[in-house]
Order: sequence, then C-alpha cells, then structure tokens
Amino acid sequence: MQSQATYNYKVVRQFAVMTVIWGIVGMLVGVIIAAQLVWPELNVVEWLSYGRLRPLHTNAVIFAFGGCALFATSYFAVQRTSHAVLFAPALAAFTFWGWQLVIVLAALSLPLGFTQGKEYAELEWPIDILITLVWVSYAVVFFGTIIKRKVSHIYVANWFFGGFILTVAVLHLVNSAAIPVFAAGILTPKSYSAYAGVQDAMVQWWYGHNAVGFFLTAGFLGMMYYFVPKQAGRPIYSYRLSVVHFWALIFTYMWAGPHHLHYTALPDWTQSVGMVFSLILLAPSWGGMINGIMTLSGAWHKLRDDPILKFMITSLSFYGMSTFEGPMMSIKTVNALSHYTDWTVGHVHSGALGWVAMISIGSIYYLLPRLFGKPEMHSKKLIEVHFWIATIGVVLYIASMWIAGVMQGLMWRATNLDGTLTYSFVESVKATYPFWTIRLLGGLLFLSGMFIMAYNMFLTMAGGKAVDAPVLAPAAAH
Amino acid sequence: MSDFVSGFWNFYVVSIVLVSILGCGVFLWMQSSATHVEGATTGHVWDEDLQEFSNPLPSWWRWLFYITIVFSLFYLAVYPGLGTYQGQFNWSSTGQYDGEMKKAEDQYGPIYKKFQSQDIMAVAANSEAREMGQRLFLTYCAQCHGSDAKGARGFPNLTDNDWLFGGTPEQIKESIIKGRDAMMPPKGLKPDLNGDQIKDLAHYVRSLSGLSSDSIRVQRGKELFAPACSACHGPDGKGTVGLAPNLTDKVWLYGSSEAEIINGITTGRVNRMPAWGEFLGEAKVHLLTAYVYGLGGGVKEAPAAAPVAAPAAAPAAAAPAEKK
Repeated sequence: MQSQATYNYKVVRQFAVMTVIWGIVGMLVGVIIAAQLVWPELNVVEWLSYGRLRPLHTNAVIFAFGGCALFATSYFAVQRTSHAVLFAPALAAFTFWGWQLVIVLAALSLPLGFTQGKEYAELEWPIDILITLVWVSYAVVFFGTIIKRKVSHIYVANWFFGGFILTVAVLHLVNSAAIPVFAAGILTPKSYSAYAGVQDAMVQWWYGHNAVGFFLTAGFLGMMYYFVPKQAGRPIYSYRLSVVHFWALIFTYMWAGPHHLHYTALPDWTQSVGMVFSLILLAPSWGGMINGIMTLSGAWHKLRDDPILKFMITSLSFYGMSTFEGPMMSIKTVNALSHYTDWTVGHVHSGALGWVAMISIGSIYYLLPRLFGKPEMHSKKLIEVHFWIATIGVVLYIASMWIAGVMQGLMWRATNLDGTLTYSFVESVKATYPFWTIRLLGGLLFLSGMFIMAYNMFLTMAGGKAVDAPVLAPAAAH
Repeated sequence: MSDFVSGFWNFYVVSIVLVSILGCGVFLWMQSSATHVEGATTGHVWDEDLQEFSNPLPSWWRWLFYITIVFSLFYLAVYPGLGTYQGQFNWSSTGQYDGEMKKAEDQYGPIYKKFQSQDIMAVAANSEAREMGQRLFLTYCAQCHGSDAKGARGFPNLTDNDWLFGGTPEQIKESIIKGRDAMMPPKGLKPDLNGDQIKDLAHYVRSLSGLSSDSIRVQRGKELFAPACSACHGPDGKGTVGLAPNLTDKVWLYGSSEAEIINGITTGRVNRMPAWGEFLGEAKVHLLTAYVYGLGGGVKEAPAAAPVAAPAAAPAAAAPAEKK
C-alpha cells in the first residue's frame, strides 16, 4: 500500500552533492597547510598564510563537509523512518541556501582575518546570527517531521540526530555570545567574547569538546544507525545497548571539556571532574561501535565485495580507536606528554578522517544512486579504489602524527644532568619535518580519494535523473 | 579554596558530580536487568526493513562501564574534584609545581652555585661552564639572538665587539638581569624635519660609515645632524654607550639601506630586551654572562669613552635595541 506522495529528496540531493564538493575544498585547504608546514616559503601572502587558512580548513571540513553530510543523511533518514514527507519544505530549502551562504562567508571572512579567536567558533557575530537562523529552521524541519511520523516508535538514528541538533544549538548560542565593537559610532563585524579569563577558556572548551561530541559524534552515530543496517541488510545488534549508550553518551560528553585545559589556570577540581567523566565516556562511546560492528555479525562475507560496507566498518573501527585514545589522553599524566604536540592532531584526524569522513563517504555512496534513480553508483570498482586510497591515507596520517607527537613530547621534557633542556624548541621542529612530509602524503591520498568520488558522482548523475521515491506506508508489524 | 564565592557552590558541585557518576551506574544496572530475548527482534520495523535485535548488553562492555565508574569514585576520593575537598593525597597542581621546583633546586642548584663565586673570566674559560651556558642560551636567548648568537634584524649580534650597552662582564650581567629598554624619538630633537631633510640626513649617516651617498645631500645632512642627532649619537656620530649606537661602523641593527634609515628617522625606534634576573636567578645569570662574554666580543674593562654603539638604521638620534 503506497500513497502517491513522494519524499522530499531535492534538499537531500543538494546537500549530498555539496558534501562531496565541500569535502574536496576543505581537504584541499588541509593539504595546503600541511605543505606550508613542510615548506614555510609557501606562505606567500597574508590571506593565504597558515594562520588564516588553518581555521578555514577546520571550518570547511567540519561545518561544510560534515555539516552538509549530516543535513543530507538526517533529512533522508528522518523522512524514511517516519514514513512522512519533510515538514516545512520551504524552511528545509532555506537551511540549504542559508548553510551554503554561511560557508561562503566563512571562506571569505577567515582569510581576510575576521575571527573571534575561538577554535571551531571563529566566525564573527553576523555569521553567527545566520547560523542560528539556519539551525533553528533545521530543528523545526527535523522535529516537525518526527511529530508527523506514521509509526509510534522513533527510530534510534533519529534520537542521535535530534540530540545533535538540540545540543549544537545550545553550544553555539552560549559560546558565541559576544559584544560587537563600535568604531567611531559604526557597528563593525569585530566582537569580543562575553566571558573573560579562565571562564572564557572553560566555555570555549565546553563548546569545543561538545562540537566533537555532538556535531562530530552524535550526528554521525545517527548516520551510522540508519546506513549501516540498511547497507548490511541486518537488524541493529541490540536495542538495549542503543538505549544505554545514547543516554550515557549525551550525558557524559557534556562534562568532558576541562580535559582540554589540564595544568592551566582552571581550578584543580574542575580538571579532575573533566578527566573522570572523560574516562566514563569510554564505554558509552564503544557502545556505538559495538552496535555498528555487531550488526554485521552473521553477514561478514558481505565485507568481501561491498566497498560501501568496507567504508562503514572501517569507520567504526577508527571510531573505536579514537574513543579509546581520547579518554587515555584525558588522563592528566598522559596529557602532560601529549598536550600541545602533533599527537593531538593525529588523534583528531583519526576521528575526523577515519570515523567522520569514512562513515559520511559510505553513506553518500549509499544515497547517490537512490537520489538519481540508478540501481548503484556508476563504478563500484572506483568505490573500491577510493576505499583503499583513503584507508592508506588515514593510516599514514595518524601513524606519522603519533610518532611525531610522542617524539615532540619527549624532546620537550628531556633534560641534561644540569637540569637544562636537552633540545631547544627549534630542534623538535626540525626533527618533525619527515613526519610532516608523511602526513602531507597521507592527506594527499585522502584528497585524491575525494576526487575519485566526485568523478564517480558526476557520472552517476549524468547517467540518471533526479528521482523522489514514494512515501511508504509503515510495515504491518506496527 | 577561593574557587567558590559561597558554601552553596561547594555543596552544589559535590552533589551534582556524585549524583551524576552514581546515576550512570544506577542507570546501567536498571537497564541491564530489563527483559530481553536473545536473537529475537523487538518487533518494530521502519522503512521496510530496519529492525533491532533484543540482545542484552554485552557483559564485558557492562563491566568496562562499571569499572570506569568505580575508578572515578576512587579518583575523586584521593584527588581534588569534589568541590573544596582536597582528596586523600592532598595533591594540588601548585603543590606539584613547587615540589618539582624544589627538587630541581636541590639537585641542580649546587652545580650552578659552584661557578657563582668564580670570576667571569675564569668561568668563561671553563669548558664545562661554557657548555652549560650554551644550553641555557639555547633555551632562553636563542629565540631572539639566534642559536649562533649572531642576532637578526632588531636583535643584536652578540659575537662581535660592538656593544650597545657595554661589553664588560658587569654590563653584560646587568643587561641580562634588568633587561634593556631603548628608544629613539622620531626625527630626533628636530620634530619639524621634512621628508627631504630626512633624506639628507640619511645620506650623511651613510657617508659616516663609507656607504655610497650623494655629496650635496651629505653636506646638507651634516648641518642637520648637529641639532637633531648629536645630543645622543655625539658630534662625530660615534654614539654613546647605553644611549645611542655608533653610526660610523659597519654594524646596522635595522639595516643600512637608505629606505631603512629614512624609516628609522621618520618613525623612531623602540626596542626592549626583557629582564631575566628574577626568572633565572643569580647563579644561572652568572653562567650566561660568562657564555655571552666568551662568545668573542667581550670587553675586559669599559674604556671610558670608547665607541660602543652599534647598528641602528636610525641614523639620526638612534638608541636602538638591547644588547647583552
């Protein structure tokens, strides 16, 4: 029994295509700044110098690439698991165009030097207001669709998408609170944080850690909970596990921010509380990995010849690795070695490339043929090639940064018999060059994979046409 | 602890932290005992084929979760975390810092002290002391003066015999302990200098050290030098120790090009070397003094009127940077 109405795939298509485009842009900027570390003379003009491009890279990959992937997959999954068309289609269209405008404004304002100076929240207040409008619209569209649903139970993917949308709204509003500067009576795009001193640092890292926890984890777990069982054709391993790890994850992430401020002016008690909750976070994080990987139990053979499933399962493995590494690095004594080194950079990319990018890539490969009326992607072989190039790229990247980070940490703390430092800072920089070169190679490989994906995507689009699937009636089991 | 403005916040922090950690455990325990049928699905179906098994929580995972909770409670019993409660180990980050500093002082202090009573000349001649001095230099001084101590634009070369603030052991030590501030006012003592006059001055200053210059401008510049610059740089441009650099030698702190000199006269120069006495302590400063002295440019005794100035593009009334 099928109604005539069709799902709103238009906005999903738009976001899905832009995911690939922004992925290329964001990772290209990453490759450029990685090259600037190896060859500092590549810092040619101030607008394209490392200091200006680095925030552009992080904003582009997190909010442009990751953001578009989340919009596309959540709009797709919430419609299909609610058996209802997207609520408020005009608002949904606004979230697409508004979000693209945010990205373009970021790409202009960051190289020009406009920044609030807060990591992952650099964008100045006028753009922050636009983000708020887009995000509130996103929440209205998403939860409106949930309310319209034709099934009584809300599917687990939607818990995670919903948690991510609500929390990011709170994080953005609180951390971006700032006072704009009036110069000669004119309102300028420059602003200063509403908080001061160590409170400002704490608010920033409460935000910063939860940007990782909700934008880059809860949202992508929502993606995982829809696309992994779909692609594997298997039920989710354990409903009970998803309940426990969902509530435990969203509850404990909120506490973990202080581990970014170990051995600083932050009071000792706050640091300790941040550390213990980061340790408690290990099991809730692993809950998602177990539920994803065990969903494949009984169908392991599918991994042999399904490159999309390979992307998904590999992403879950990296998720498990980086969520073990994270709590470990939050332990004060480990942090004393790892903090401020490239180990942190390696850890972030194990999550960002290994988990976030790979689960997104797998999900977009699942989506594209369905959005363009094709049985599958133009070339399955190219997905396979993409998978291996990307995996080798991630491994080169994180292995080189692990070695570089531990080496830097050990060099910085090494002392001579008279108590003086064994190495000057610049010696640790010099020793890092080979690893920065390997990292550049890893990044280049990952970026090449994205070009292959874009090629595959355009050929799939060229051979198909935009198709909106009919809305399905809920299964009889309900 | 002064982290709380009232006792309420201590109570608030302690209760919310304990309730949250214990709450995780209670929630896990309640969910573990919920009914489940291994291998069966929950009966819900979404989007044609999305289903969930009713499998129980993996027990190894459950125990991992419990262990982190127990560890957290133990950690907060021994380390500070529950509001103002300091923990059984009575640990604090400032306490750890003070302890490590004291340990370092006990361990390394005597190594430095043994040189402190020796004369700078003797320390400078001691190879062990020189190596220690170099290590200190690479940690604290090399960022500005360079690993080879040859300086950079705006940062004086310490290996030549040109000293802005004097090259005797006492003067070097004073530079390190107290730091140095240098300021050359824009346009020296003649704020009404116009662009052409500044150019004349620049040519005159270049001529002092034998650099190419326009003889007519040199002639005009020489007349301007006396009222504008000579108060600090001296009538012959040879400078004054601790006040203004020598303009007649080949050492230029900011560069010797006409444009750089014009820039220096027009906008003046401000430079500073930070004070290190309090941070490093007497014994380490003593070793560093000997190391810098031994770099080759040290002066045994301050020659009363010796030309001691250095570079400074600022020709006119310059008194640029620091120098140890």
